[in-house]
Amino acid sequence: MKNSRGTMTKVSRDNLGTIIMLAVVFAAVSAARAAGLVNSHIDGLLVPICVYAIMAVSLNLVVGILGELSIGHAGFMCIGAFASAFFSKLTAESMGAFPRFLIAILIGGAVAGFFGFLIGIPVLRLNGDYLAIVTLAFGEIIKNLINVFYVGRDSRGLHFSIEGQMALGLEPDGEMIINGAQGITGTPFDSTFTVGFILLMISVIVVLNLTNSREGRAIMSIRDNRIAAGSVGIPVTRYKMLAFTISAVIAGFAGALYAHNLASLIATPARFGYNMSILFLVFVVLGGIGSTRGAIIAAVVLTLIPELLRFLSNYRMLIYSIILIVMMIVNWNPTSRAWIRRHITGRFRRGTGAGEEG
Amino acid sequence: MMMKKMMSAALAAALAVGMLSVPAMADGTFKIGAIGPLTGGAANYGLGVVNGAQIAVDEINEAGGIAGAQIEYKYEDDELDSEKSVNAYNTLKDWDMQILVGSTTSGCSIAVSEKTKADNMFQLTPSGSAQDCTKYDNVFRVCFSDPNQGKASAVYIGDHQLAEKVGIIYDSSGVYSSGIEMTFEAEAANQGFEIAVKEAFTADSNTDFSSQLQKCKDAGVDLIFLPIYYTQAGTILTQAAMMGVEATFFGCDGLDGMLDMDNFNKELAEGVMLLTPFVADAEDEKTQSFVGKYQEAYGVTPNQFAADSYDAIYTIKAAIEDAGATPDMSVSDLCEAIKASMLKIEMEGLTGTITWTADGEPTKDPKAMVIRDGVYTAAE
Repeated sequence: MKNSRGTMTKVSRDNLGTIIMLAVVFAAVSAARAAGLVNSHIDGLLVPICVYAIMAVSLNLVVGILGELSIGHAGFMCIGAFASAFFSKLTAESMGAFPRFLIAILIGGAVAGFFGFLIGIPVLRLNGDYLAIVTLAFGEIIKNLINVFYVGRDSRGLHFSIEGQMALGLEPDGEMIINGAQGITGTPFDSTFTVGFILLMISVIVVLNLTNSREGRAIMSIRDNRIAAGSVGIPVTRYKMLAFTISAVIAGFAGALYAHNLASLIATPARFGYNMSILFLVFVVLGGIGSTRGAIIAAVVLTLIPELLRFLSNYRMLIYSIILIVMMIVNWNPTSRAWIRRHITGRFRRGTGAGEEG
Repeated sequence: MMMKKMMSAALAAALAVGMLSVPAMADGTFKIGAIGPLTGGAANYGLGVVNGAQIAVDEINEAGGIAGAQIEYKYEDDELDSEKSVNAYNTLKDWDMQILVGSTTSGCSIAVSEKTKADNMFQLTPSGSAQDCTKYDNVFRVCFSDPNQGKASAVYIGDHQLAEKVGIIYDSSGVYSSGIEMTFEAEAANQGFEIAVKEAFTADSNTDFSSQLQKCKDAGVDLIFLPIYYTQAGTILTQAAMMGVEATFFGCDGLDGMLDMDNFNKELAEGVMLLTPFVADAEDEKTQSFVGKYQEAYGVTPNQFAADSYDAIYTIKAAIEDAGATPDMSVSDLCEAIKASMLKIEMEGLTGTITWTADGEPTKDPKAMVIRDGVYTAAE
């Protein structure tokens, strides 16, 4: 049923619903925190949840809306994290926390976006499997590159090497900023739940508005049929670049948020490698490809589950995979979907027409 | 509406204040937590830490506890990830942990130290060896720092004139390995040997070392320094034997554990030297008893991580007794008391006789070991 209320289209109403949902959750969590109802375990998870939700929104733009498979998204997050942490470390003493963090986030996004653009030039001329392979390689290359960067600072200025700390020839009072495989330590703690939420909100609004615009429709037409889109005069590569770069910028924001939440930033395979990229892809797939709201919910749920299962000790790994499989089946099986719609979502969303087609 | 909001805010504030004013501990036990990677590739280290600590805790509790107070002990997995390590810390905090033994690895330990600093909780890392781990005054460590090990190795090689030409094979993607390599290289400049070959590998390329070994062979080095973990060292030794590389192999505490590797030909390890504070084959009664208990409980020989964390628990006991601290003290008061006592105590542990300096560094003598006939023996 699509009985229009006012002048809003179904899509706008759905988008507004996503934004309201986020705002309500944020308000509820903030109130619970103020009331002291949130223990430190959950409290510590709030920023990571925002990071993963932003990554899910970012990857959903590429996979769900542009329709290209990127499995190197952790690489963009890595770039954003290191670029912003590098800046914060440089200016830790000379700037106030607020302007420094603001600029750090912008730098994280800009540098990641720049790399997204750069990678996009050759890569987006490829399709399907080839694109996936190249993005996979990109993520791995970034991680390995950062592991050989040595940047130090002393009274004479900045020094850079890929040889090792010794090759920098730092003066005794010098300080290492990026120390190769040991990464960046001592990034100031600037990330808060509020900042995370604002970044998430910005990402969501940008992506939803983009989807709902002339450009967004062009992007989706490329996803649905590239040849047809090209034949009606849509510059395919340009729009692909647009979506890919925006996605990289958002991933850079997530990286900046991540980097300023922990004192040690190391480009480990577990953190910025292939497995992480796949995890982001799982968020998108499980949330329903193309659905921004679904991707966010999946990111939140899948970040919380392994932590909430801590009481099961090492069995949590096993239970987590079982939950993942069950969710995947239930989420995609038409019978179970119909049942859920009839019995659960239908009660709350009567009249708006359930289903989150992208 | 406004009234309602204000009411709820006031109620919320009252509740928050109420929660804060609840005394942290009153039941007369010290709550000690431990963190380490219990799953994944580095699980051996984390398991060593949590199990070693468990044995010490059981011994102490059996003997009447710390000044009459029993220890409650709990550990959490961090999967070798900084973020998860902080999550683990927060979980333990919700359990009312008062003292932290951990994290096991450097990166995680650094991330967690930022949190313990904010809470002013006493943190004793058994094995976080990077320099930055003890940046804050509430953090101490049991193991040698990486710079310390690199320097001690270079000095030992120089003093004993083990070599003229040295080759290094190290893991440039690992904090531990690159940390040692750096100070080794710096100290080598002051010693009577030259570094002829320096070859790196990364976590992604740690299964074939033939090109690195070939370079060492071509340069004719007398000694190959391996500041790496034993799994890769085992591969290097196997390949070196096949290629006919004739050099002494010299490593740090990471090589401990090599002899227990599955399918490893112990003959290959003949003559390998290592600087390590702990070996499971040591003859003294303390080590024997610890190794016996550990093997009985967990079915494996304890590694250096286990010994470090066993010492960590006893160190905490000694410091608490020295300070006369009681379990009902707040986390922050307890931290201040232990911190002051750490500088005064001398610890007779499995890993040597240890004293601490205010920057959190332990002072103890590294023992040089050499593998002869498949067992570790003290090198003279």
